[in-house]
Amino acid sequence: MTWQDRYPLSFRLYPYARSADQDAARPVHHPVVILGAGPVGLALALDLGLRGAPVLVLDDHEGVGQGSRAICFAKRSLDIAHRLGCGADMLAKGVVWNRGRVFHDRDEVYAFDLLPEDGHRHPAFINLQQPWFERFLVDGIARAKAQGAPIEIRGRNRLSRMDAAGDGVTLRLDTPDGPYDLRTDWLIACDGARSPIREMMGLGFEGRVFEDNFLIADVKMKADFPTERWFWFEPWFKSGASALLHKQPDDIWRIDFQLGWNIDRKAELDPTRIRKRIDLMLGPDVDYELDWTSIYTFQCRRMERFRHGRVIFAGDAAHQVSPFGARGANSGVQDADNLGWKLAAVLAGAAPESLIDSYDAERIHAADENIRNSTRATDFITPKSPQSHLFRDAVLHLARHAPFARPMVNSGRLSLPSVYDASPLVTRDALPGSPARTRPGAPCPDARLGDGYLLDHLGRGFTLLALGATVPSVPDGVAVLTLDAANPDLRDRYLGQAQRALYLIRPDQHVAARWAACDADKLARAFDRAMGKAA
Amino acid sequence: MANLNLDPILSNPDDLYEALIAAHDGLTREESEALNARLILILMNHLGDPGVIRQAIEAAKR
Ligand SMILES: Cc1cc2nc3c(=O)[nH]c(=O)nc-3n(C[C@H](O)[C@H](O)[C@H](O)COP(=O)(O)OP(=O)(O)OC[C@H]3O[C@@H](n4cnc5c(N)ncnc54)[C@H](O)[C@@H]3O)c2cc1C
Repeated sequence: MTWQDRYPLSFRLYPYARSADQDAARPVHHPVVILGAGPVGLALALDLGLRGAPVLVLDDHEGVGQGSRAICFAKRSLDIAHRLGCGADMLAKGVVWNRGRVFHDRDEVYAFDLLPEDGHRHPAFINLQQPWFERFLVDGIARAKAQGAPIEIRGRNRLSRMDAAGDGVTLRLDTPDGPYDLRTDWLIACDGARSPIREMMGLGFEGRVFEDNFLIADVKMKADFPTERWFWFEPWFKSGASALLHKQPDDIWRIDFQLGWNIDRKAELDPTRIRKRIDLMLGPDVDYELDWTSIYTFQCRRMERFRHGRVIFAGDAAHQVSPFGARGANSGVQDADNLGWKLAAVLAGAAPESLIDSYDAERIHAADENIRNSTRATDFITPKSPQSHLFRDAVLHLARHAPFARPMVNSGRLSLPSVYDASPLVTRDALPGSPARTRPGAPCPDARLGDGYLLDHLGRGFTLLALGATVPSVPDGVAVLTLDAANPDLRDRYLGQAQRALYLIRPDQHVAARWAACDADKLARAFDRAMGKAA
Repeated sequence: MANLNLDPILSNPDDLYEALIAAHDGLTREESEALNARLILILMNHLGDPGVIRQAIEAAKR
C-alpha cells in the first residue's frame, strides 16, 4: 500500500529513513518514546535530550503541517524555549505586540496594554506562525544532537496499535516500508487533540463543545494597520458575529470571523465567499492574497488523569481549550517543561517514580485554570442563552461610558503560567513580607542582571538562590547562586519588605521553597519534598 | 465580611420604586430587559463586596 499523509507540510524536516529497529528480530527497547512531534512533543524531546536522557520521537509526518493554528506565544513559552536554546530565533522572527483594542459595532469600547515590566528578556507576547515555532524547536534539536544529546525523530512512523502492560508499552508502527514493533518503558502521548493513544486505551475526554464555527483566514498584505490586536463584537461590517485582526511575521495577518452554528462548511470555505467577508472588513481597495483558510469549532475539556501507569499525556492530547486567550500550545509547552526534569530524574534513579504523579497534580490544576479562563472568554464572545447575551451586550454598552465595565469585556484573558500553590512538591512559605508573585509554586519572574538576565543563571538542575542570606551546606544536585540583594529588580520581585532570602528553585524555574534563613536540614527536607520523596 | 442587608433601609421606598418603574416607560420588552441588565451591573459594581453580591444572588433565587 502506498503511504498517505493526513495533511500537507509547511516544512519537511525529518524525512523517513529506514531504522535498524525495523530489521531487528525482536522489538527493540527504548527508555522513552514520545508520540507526536507537535510543539509539545518537540519541546519535551529537547528538554529530555539536553538532560542526557535518550528519547525517540515518532510522528506520522515528515515535518510541520501546513497552516498556522497557534499564533500568539506567551512570555513563559519564550522563557522555556530560551532555556532550550531556541528563544532567540523565535524572538527575532516574531512580531512583538502590547496593545489590544476591542470594538463593539463601530465604537472602541476598551483597550488594554500588556504594560511590559522592565527587566525581562522576553515580551509578554509575540505572534509567530506555529510552523515556525515548531521549526525552531527542530533546529534546536539538531544543534543539541550535534553536541551529543541523544534525541532521534522518526518521520512517517504512524502508531497503529499498542499494548500497555505494567512496566512498559509495546508499540506497532506503520511506515512506508511496512509495520514494525518497539518496546518502551515510558510512552508520552503528545499526539494532539484526537490522540490515537487515548482512543486505543479507551480513555474519556469529557468537556464542553461550543456550538459555533470560526473561519480563520490568514491573508498576505502590505498594510499599515498598527501592530495591535483588534477584536470586534458585532462588527459594523457584518462579516461575522465577531471578528479579529492580528499581525504575524512576513506580512501575514490573522483574520477570524465567528460564523454561527448551522453553516454549510463547504460553501463557507469557497474563496470567493471568504474574500467577500474580508472585503467588507478591510474595504474594497485593499490588495491581499489568501494564505491559508480553515473552519474550526472549539472545545474545552480534559482527561480525568494525565498519567496512566507508564503512559503520560501532555498537550492537546490531555486537555483542549478554545483559542481565546492563547492557552493551547502555551500550556502544552508548560506541560513539557513540568514533565521533562521529573522524568529525567526518575530515569536517572535520582527520584522515585511517584515524582511523576506530581505532574498529574500540577498540570491538572493548570489545565483547570486554562479551561476556566477560556470557557469564560468563549461564553462572553458566543453567549449561549438569551440572558447571557443580554448581559454581554449590557457590559459592552456600559463599557463606552462606565470604566468599571471595561475589565468585564472578555475577548480572551491572555495566557499566564500557573502557580502550583497546592502542589505536594512545594514547602510552605517562610519569607514574611515578600511578594506573592514569587511564592512557593510560582514560576520565577525574570530580572535584569548586569548584561544578562536572572533566568539565564538558573541551570538545568535545582538552584539555591541566596540574596543577602547565609548559605547552608547544600545537598548534592543543588547549585548555589549568590546575587546582590541591592539589585532593584531582585529586591522588587524576590524580597519586598524582607531583608534577605533563600529561594530553592526547581529545574523548571518554579519556586520550591523560600525562607528568610534556613539550615542544611530544612533545605535537605525541602529538596527531598521537591524530588517527590516526602513521606 | 459584610452581610447582605435584607431589612428596610430606604427612607422613601415608594419614590424609588416609582423611579424604577418610570425608567421603563415606553420601552419595549427587549429594551427593558437591557436596561435591567445594565442596572444590575452598575449596582453590583457599586456594592463591590463579592460576598454580599453572592448572597444577593442567592437571596434573589429564593
Ligand atoms: C485556530 C487555532 C488557533 C490557535 N491559536 C493558538 C495560540 O494563539 N496560542 C496557543 O498557544 N495555542 C493556540 N492554538 C492551540 C495549538 O494549536 C495547540 O494547542 C497545539 O498545536 C497543541 O500541540 P500538541 O503538540 O499537543 O499537538 P499537535 O500540534 O496536534 O501535534 C500532534 C502531533 O501528533 C502527530 N500524530 C497524530 N497521530 C499520530 C499517529 N497515529 N502516529 C504518529 N504521530 C501522530 C500529528 O501528526 C502531530 O504532529 C490554536 C488552535 C487553533 C485550532
